[in-house]
Amino acid sequence: MDNYDNQTTFAHDDDSVVVIIGSGAGGGTLANELAQKGIDAVVLEAGKLHTRGEFIADEWASFGQLAWLDNRTTSGTWRVARDFPNLPSWIVKAVGGSTVHWAGASLRFQPHEFRAASEYGDIPGANLLDWPIDYDDLAPYYDRAEDKMGVTRTNGIPGLPGNNNFKVMHAGATAIGYKHCHTGNMAINSVPRDGRASCVQRGFCFQGCTTGAKWSTLYTEIPRALATGHVELRPESQVASIEHDNSGRVSAVVYFDADGREQRQRARAVAVAGNSIETPRMLLNSASSQFPDGLANSSGQVGRNYMRHMTGSVYASFDEPVHMYRGTTMAGIVQDEAHHDPSRGFAGGYEIETVSLGLPFMAAFFDPGAWGSDFTEAMDQYAHMAGMWLVGEDMPQQRNRVTLNTDVKDAYGLPVPNVHYDDHPNDVAMRQHAFQQGTAIYEAAGANKAYRTPPYPSTHNLGTCRMSAHARDGVCNGYGQTHDIDNLFISDGSQFTTSAAENPTLTIVSLAIRQADYIARQMADRAI
Amino acid sequence: MLDQSMNRRRFLKGSGSTLMGTLAMTSMPIAILAPSRSWALELQQLDAHQGEVLLTLTRHIFPHPTLEDAVYALVVKDLDAAAADANVAETMRSGIAALDNRAGGDWLALDAEQQGMHVRAIAGSDLFKKVQSTAVVSLYNNEMAFRHFGYGGELGDAGYLSRGFNDLTWLPDLPASASGPVPGTNG
Ligand SMILES: Cc1cc2nc3c(=O)[nH]c(=O)nc-3n(C[C@H](O)[C@H](O)[C@H](O)COP(=O)(O)OP(=O)(O)OC[C@H]3O[C@@H](n4cnc5c(N)ncnc54)[C@H](O)[C@@H]3O)c2cc1C
Ligand code: SF4
Repeated sequence: MDNYDNQTTFAHDDDSVVVIIGSGAGGGTLANELAQKGIDAVVLEAGKLHTRGEFIADEWASFGQLAWLDNRTTSGTWRVARDFPNLPSWIVKAVGGSTVHWAGASLRFQPHEFRAASEYGDIPGANLLDWPIDYDDLAPYYDRAEDKMGVTRTNGIPGLPGNNNFKVMHAGATAIGYKHCHTGNMAINSVPRDGRASCVQRGFCFQGCTTGAKWSTLYTEIPRALATGHVELRPESQVASIEHDNSGRVSAVVYFDADGREQRQRARAVAVAGNSIETPRMLLNSASSQFPDGLANSSGQVGRNYMRHMTGSVYASFDEPVHMYRGTTMAGIVQDEAHHDPSRGFAGGYEIETVSLGLPFMAAFFDPGAWGSDFTEAMDQYAHMAGMWLVGEDMPQQRNRVTLNTDVKDAYGLPVPNVHYDDHPNDVAMRQHAFQQGTAIYEAAGANKAYRTPPYPSTHNLGTCRMSAHARDGVCNGYGQTHDIDNLFISDGSQFTTSAAENPTLTIVSLAIRQADYIARQMADRAI
Repeated sequence: MLDQSMNRRRFLKGSGSTLMGTLAMTSMPIAILAPSRSWALELQQLDAHQGEVLLTLTRHIFPHPTLEDAVYALVVKDLDAAAADANVAETMRSGIAALDNRAGGDWLALDAEQQGMHVRAIAGSDLFKKVQSTAVVSLYNNEMAFRHFGYGGELGDAGYLSRGFNDLTWLPDLPASASGPVPGTNG
């Protein structure tokens, strides 16, 4: 079994350590990459440690165990604000972060997606910008991430076997002429690899993978980082703010421990990876007389350009049973709509991926707030339903942003984050197109009825501390180093300049590996 | 539309605060789970009339004609537990009184069509919202519902690899290029 005992501990006044906030895709990866280079780090993680054996094959019980349930507020015209006003996003508060319950879809961005402003041109209302890095900068790190995570259809790893849900998608997709449909590039072992078993098709990927077939920092990066003796993991340590010295460099991190006591860990450098709502919240919460608008916010972009992907789902019922819940949750993909083709009436593209929900979550998310026979007749079809998730590039907008809601306080007396989101007309047009194509796929496979399901609380949260070539346009440079403060780094999906169509985690992990190389160089050069 | 049997005669008369019924056995998988044909729910906070109203109201909000009352009773059980909170108890007490009132004294005595008319009229009320938000979880989050709707629940914990993850036969088999090898086979 994985060993989570700290092999080393650091004093609170030890100012030689890198403090990493969050242990998910970004933070967990960064910790291990630094540790392998012999760099000392303290990982502060708000959530508890839940090992694989503790996962629960029960959707609501698991949600209670893993989800980030601290209060948040919402505003804007997105439907999530109405359906789930205090749950804008669905992420994990536990060691391993959202990699505990992610589905494992691991796609590279397409080269043109790093140049959204140049490629898409002027789109009114969109705050588009090219990334300061391009595909070729990231390609070697994509290679390393795919190898680390064991992504299927890379490195000679076979695809996963298709389940019932995918059979339906494949039949419909090929019938309407789609060419790129397969069981995906998944960070799920199709064969035993890296000391982890192969997938037994449980279908509880969203509840934590008990077999370890699915990559998660919880049982890969973190135990490996701890084993080096260079990393101390402190679960149940919720960061409130980051402090700086007179020279304007960050110097310590203030957090609350399991007993609610305030603690202060000094630091040589700080890497923030709390996912795209908490990361800007921490920076905003760290405002001081020298940085009255919050840390690293001279551009005013901290918290802005919040992206969540254009999403939606199509479920469809058939004469014969499907039992979509059997097997991997994301069991396959259609990639024919992922390219940029403005003749469809929108910029950017989207992916079509199978999804399944168990009966309890189906009731909650199928059409939130619905009642009466339209709803129950759909639920009656549950065993005969197939499902797909539509996920595409959404437009960064200045007013879509995370702010501090000073009217509502959390358990520590800190203002909670408010998440504001309005769909951009481009998002609306893309969703419309995706709904149509998704429906066509299922009708071609013989569906009796197709149902359009609105977006779930955000599982992909991006862009709130975006990288930019120029300090005036964004928060950090191409390495996630903030423009304003040399020893402060953004290490999660908040860095994304634009969202691209693909699920974000492979890119978050690749950026974290790249950032670790950069931090090591900067430390060796005594630049930080 | 609504099940013919949706009237008060389906409930056995229990003592003061007990809600009782029998399984209609329309759904065989549930019958297998049930220890006996009759079920009883001992209410802690609510009286039997309130329990019957809440069960029937839940049937109107989420009507599944062949789903057993015993499953709907699980919603009542959770509402009863929630009524330990004085505010929630008051929401239910006054909401049920108002429903009876607008129905001329006894909402349960009306036929299903008439009952439904009053339910539509109170949609959005505190009582309605409480029942709806409780039921959308409780009704679909139990072993009997899983059997009824055909969901595996925690049976999936061990994995469907050798238990039907790809047993769908009414569509063509997947080409190897789109799929991958099934562990433990030569495929
Ligand atoms: C149901 C679901 C399915 C998904 N499927 C996929 C998929 O198939 N493919 C894909 O690419 N992505 C998927 N994702 C998204 C993926 O999980 C995220 O993109 C990824 O985990 C984000 O990494 P992160 O490091 O930014 O944040 P996280 O992994 O969420 O980690 C953030 C960590 O920081 C901690 N933290 C936050 N605030 C503080 C604080 N103040 N102090 C201390 N710690 C703090 C949190 O507790 C958490 O552990 C899915 C997400 C969900 C919810
Ligand atoms: S389906 Fe596979 S990846 Fe998902 S939880 Fe089960 S074993 Fe893990």
